[in-house]
Amino acid sequence: MSIVVFLEQHGNELQKGSLGVLTKAASLGDPDVAAVIVGENAKALASEAGRFGAGKVFVAEDEALHQALPQPRVDVLAKIVAEHGYETVLIANSVLAADVASGLAARLDAGLNWDLVDLTRDLVGKRPALQDSVLVDVGWKSTPRIALFRAGSFDANATAGGEPEIVEVSVELSEHSAKATITGQEQEQSAGASIEDADVIVAGGRGLGAPENFSLAEELARTLGGAVGATRAVVDAGWYPYSAQIGQTGKVVSPKLYIALGISGAIQHKVGMQSSNVIVSINKDANAPIFEFSDLGVVGDVHEIVPKLTELIKQRKG
Amino acid sequence: MKIAVCVKHVPEGNAKIDPSTKRLDRAGEGALNHFDANAVEEALRVKGDSDTEVVVVSLGPAKAADSLRKALAMGADRAVLISDDAAAGSDLVATSKLLAAALEKESADLVLFGQQASDSDGAVLWAAVAERLRRPVVSQAAELSVSEGSLKVKRQTEFGYDVIESPLPAVVAVSDAINEPRYPSLKGIMGAKKKPFDTLSLADVGVDAADAGEPGSKTEVLGLSEPPSRGDARKIEDDGNAAQAIVDFLAEKRLV
Repeated sequence: MSIVVFLEQHGNELQKGSLGVLTKAASLGDPDVAAVIVGENAKALASEAGRFGAGKVFVAEDEALHQALPQPRVDVLAKIVAEHGYETVLIANSVLAADVASGLAARLDAGLNWDLVDLTRDLVGKRPALQDSVLVDVGWKSTPRIALFRAGSFDANATAGGEPEIVEVSVELSEHSAKATITGQEQEQSAGASIEDADVIVAGGRGLGAPENFSLAEELARTLGGAVGATRAVVDAGWYPYSAQIGQTGKVVSPKLYIALGISGAIQHKVGMQSSNVIVSINKDANAPIFEFSDLGVVGDVHEIVPKLTELIKQRKG
Repeated sequence: MKIAVCVKHVPEGNAKIDPSTKRLDRAGEGALNHFDANAVEEALRVKGDSDTEVVVVSLGPAKAADSLRKALAMGADRAVLISDDAAAGSDLVATSKLLAAALEKESADLVLFGQQASDSDGAVLWAAVAERLRRPVVSQAAELSVSEGSLKVKRQTEFGYDVIESPLPAVVAVSDAINEPRYPSLKGIMGAKKKPFDTLSLADVGVDAADAGEPGSKTEVLGLSEPPSRGDARKIEDDGNAAQAIVDFLAEKRLV
């Protein structure tokens, strides 16, 4: 089985989720793990891919790949898979990568299993379904196989890997791949660190009481080096930007530590964060569903506890 | 102009997986996937008072007609249901082939999708359909504007917003932040019964049975199991020392 991993880069940084999938690929026992990096300065990022387990890195720096659009990436991946006969393509989920995976599946008439949280050595994928109440084992009936992994499914660990072999790929765009263009960009100031890549997320819900109380979450997140998340209810109410929304209609995250402030834990939110490693929640309502899936639940007032907590952590960090 | 909206009929309430087929049990009551209501709403908004035709397209069992009727009641002009026993159990590859075949016949200027299916959590279909139609695709559209022969989308990503422009014909998946879907009016519900409704078989859309359903699928479900449960959960009441208790807990887990 030969594996190729699509690595997403943003602003000259390989995304942690992609490196996590590469780490996983390198652990599956296949000596021939390759990676694909496209876009500006792709070649400069190849060494890093080597450290995370890629023996070979395909790079494509063509100008058509500078914009974060899926279809030119489908052209590149389809060409690499076809020319080099890769049997398995692994991709970490993102807005961009999901469209790349799906487009590639149609282009190659290949099976795509999505929202996977694990992959075994004999290539059985694990997909939580029905609000994560059941785990489905999924497989592929033919090659190439394409797997799209839920954000944060794997830790990114550098291995002892050396410098990878670099293979430059020339790009031949399909006619329809060249039609969409990005003509402008807007960043949301308050979005801060990308919540999908954060090790620590401090999320706030209605229980914060007022939009200005998000400063409690922001201060705690800053102290822990984390990012701020929000529930759908507070995003709908205009307290916090949509880009921070965690849940079924927002982002699905699995940080090492998730701190929920004034969040009841409705199913809509739960599906977005329940695979976090450690969940700590603070809520006034002792019957809040969030306590059912928290490692540590604290029944109490966020306005009293959080400032003290932030101060104690600051002291501890010296 | 013509806009096609792809919609899915999903099980209502607590969906179950049928242990014998390992597929989602679709025998019970169903409803229009609520994310697709955003796509129907957006099509109706773009249509406005113009003579644009909005056609809703679905692949599913005969019962999926209910969801298409709801879209008609919201204001869509025509419905197409691809329904064939041989299409049951289609995965992404097979589903995209069937939908693309039906859409090819419609040759709409704009094809819209909702951001995900609430039953399978699938959020990828549009890109596969766009690839088969050989059209540009934009997903996570938080805003959409359509003018003569082109469209402009504000796409939301993990990093902020991108403004993406593309000529038509194109495929767009809208986010649920784009609008607030209308409820069908009584007049709309009554009127929906008289609107054109086509039910197509595999033969009608020109897809071979070998390319549909389980034979046409490249993925399979191998088994079902219980998800791993969390370890021991602790719950404490704040007695004034909760902040210290949290720090101690985080220290124990080596998180601070």
